[in-house]
Amino acid sequence: MLILHCPHCGVDAEETELAPGGEAHLKRFGPGSSDAEFESYLFHRENPRGVHFERWRHAFGCGKWFIAARATDTLEVFGTYRAQTAAPPQDIRDAITAKRPGWAWRDLA
Amino acid sequence: MRRYSVFAVAREAARYHTGWERAWASPEPKKRYDVIIIGAGGHGLATAYYLGKNFGITNVAVLEKGWLGGGNTGRNTTIIRSNYLQDPSAAIYEKARSLYETLSQDLNYNVMFSPRGVMMLAQTEHERRGYERTAHANALQGVETSFISPDRVKQLVPIINISGPRYPVLGALWQPRGGTARHDAVAWGYARACSAMGIDVIQQCEVTGIRQKGGKVAGVTTSRGDIACDKLGIVVAGHSGVLAQMAGFRLPIESVALQALVSEPIKPCIDVVVMANTVHGYMSQSDKGELVIGGGADGYNNYTQRGSFHHVEETVRALIETFPIISRLKMLRQWGGIVDMTGDRSPILSKTPLENCFINCGWGTGGFKAIPGSGWGFAELMARGASPLTEAFGLDRFREGRFIDESVAAGVAH
Ligand SMILES: Cc1cc2nc3c(=O)[nH]c(=O)nc-3n(C[C@H](O)[C@H](O)[C@H](O)COP(=O)(O)OP(=O)(O)OC[C@H]3O[C@@H](n4cnc5c(N)ncnc54)[C@H](O)[C@@H]3O)c2cc1C
Ligand SMILES: [Zn+2]
Repeated sequence: MLILHCPHCGVDAEETELAPGGEAHLKRFGPGSSDAEFESYLFHRENPRGVHFERWRHAFGCGKWFIAARATDTLEVFGTYRAQTAAPPQDIRDAITAKRPGWAWRDLA
Repeated sequence: MRRYSVFAVAREAARYHTGWERAWASPEPKKRYDVIIIGAGGHGLATAYYLGKNFGITNVAVLEKGWLGGGNTGRNTTIIRSNYLQDPSAAIYEKARSLYETLSQDLNYNVMFSPRGVMMLAQTEHERRGYERTAHANALQGVETSFISPDRVKQLVPIINISGPRYPVLGALWQPRGGTARHDAVAWGYARACSAMGIDVIQQCEVTGIRQKGGKVAGVTTSRGDIACDKLGIVVAGHSGVLAQMAGFRLPIESVALQALVSEPIKPCIDVVVMANTVHGYMSQSDKGELVIGGGADGYNNYTQRGSFHHVEETVRALIETFPIISRLKMLRQWGGIVDMTGDRSPILSKTPLENCFINCGWGTGGFKAIPGSGWGFAELMARGASPLTEAFGLDRFREGRFIDESVAAGVAH
């Protein structure tokens, strides 16, 4: 059972309280973008075996969105942070680096 | 390879079973093959088999990081049906189902195909209309299904509760020629038949890199050395994203856990497969008497082959409502597999941006039923560059908006 800390209301919420929302930090491509960019934005996903960033909603709690940094190969959680950001904050990146030196995700490292 | 037959059993019985041969060889990898298939699940093995059988291409290796059928092929609940909504799906799944009918004879290996009938319950008005529509579509596609009444459901499955308080049974989509088969036997049967044709099935050989030269595939790097090839087929289900990254492209796929469980064995009580998609559970009875149960997939990425407990709970709760007699059964085992989900819930059998590299994936929660048809079509695609069975399932369908939308047709794992 996955337990994620909600950075909004401070509850350690278990999975059944949460709704998964897919890959985080997608850059939106709309009208005017190339077909390849639009395809990539709509469909292509990192789906990594390892460090991943994904959106969650505290659906049966405060109702707000946040982002979890997790490892998909161990189910380890590195940390969570509010969704109103374009990139993971430094403390989260440091927490990942401490456990997974050399990690990479998209163009982040 | 000596054929299995009733005479072979008699002969071996007379000499205390000392003469059985190994079912397949365990060769060392060669330096080069015409074709390398990554992944010895059902789809990879079937591809290799039909490359040999239909196209005479036998300088082929199937590389498997673990053991034969140790992925989803050996973890699934073995439901076989072809009652899909869209024409391209009906074509490939029905091809597979019909190949299953004679697969034991073809492979000379008993895959225990049991066309006992598959029933998909309609438990909401919306679902009833949807399945009636599917039955009409199937009639046009030449797939034998029909929409049956609640009374007929009760007649076929006496242990079912058709007047449940939440979701009474309003009818069902019934495919009498659907059923189950033995999953391990499908993998083993194809492996043995491949081996007999001189195809190398190599276990404990993990692909760790894909080598390219001038935009074309040159070979693979493995835990047992480098191996060169002309053509490469990636057939690794939940690990497709990992292999695609090695080959330098991205996929419209998410890998999530799907679980199944079996009960303690009981006397025969249900001789068809029942799927209750609204309440999220399905059930059949194995030859050993165990009830084989499955339900919904998790909603987040996972590579651990362990799923969320609450899904097991939900599935069991749904099935107790549908089949009250199972309420006091003990569950024996529970396990998970990592399934490769696409947005339209249809597979990808396609060329890739890397020349001579092909991919067969995205079967998600429902690819066991498709193994023979998928292998047939993918072998043709790899050998000839095109196949009528796989044409609609290319990677470009996402960019071009040509989805083969099956997610609405059956919103449950199977
Ligand atoms: C619980 C559960 C229930 C299911 N129920 C049904 C059902 O009732 N009916 C149905 O039709 N389908 C069902 N499915 C889906 C079905 O099991 C799959 O779609 C199908 O088995 C996929 O077969 P495959 O050959 O593509 O993949 P797999 O059988 O998973 O084979 C892929 C192989 O690739 C290997 N591999 C991965 N990475 C590497 C590497 N780097 N190098 C070498 N080898 C590698 C893996 O070890 C694995 O053996 C179910 C799945 C699950 C998990
Ligand atoms: Zn909250």
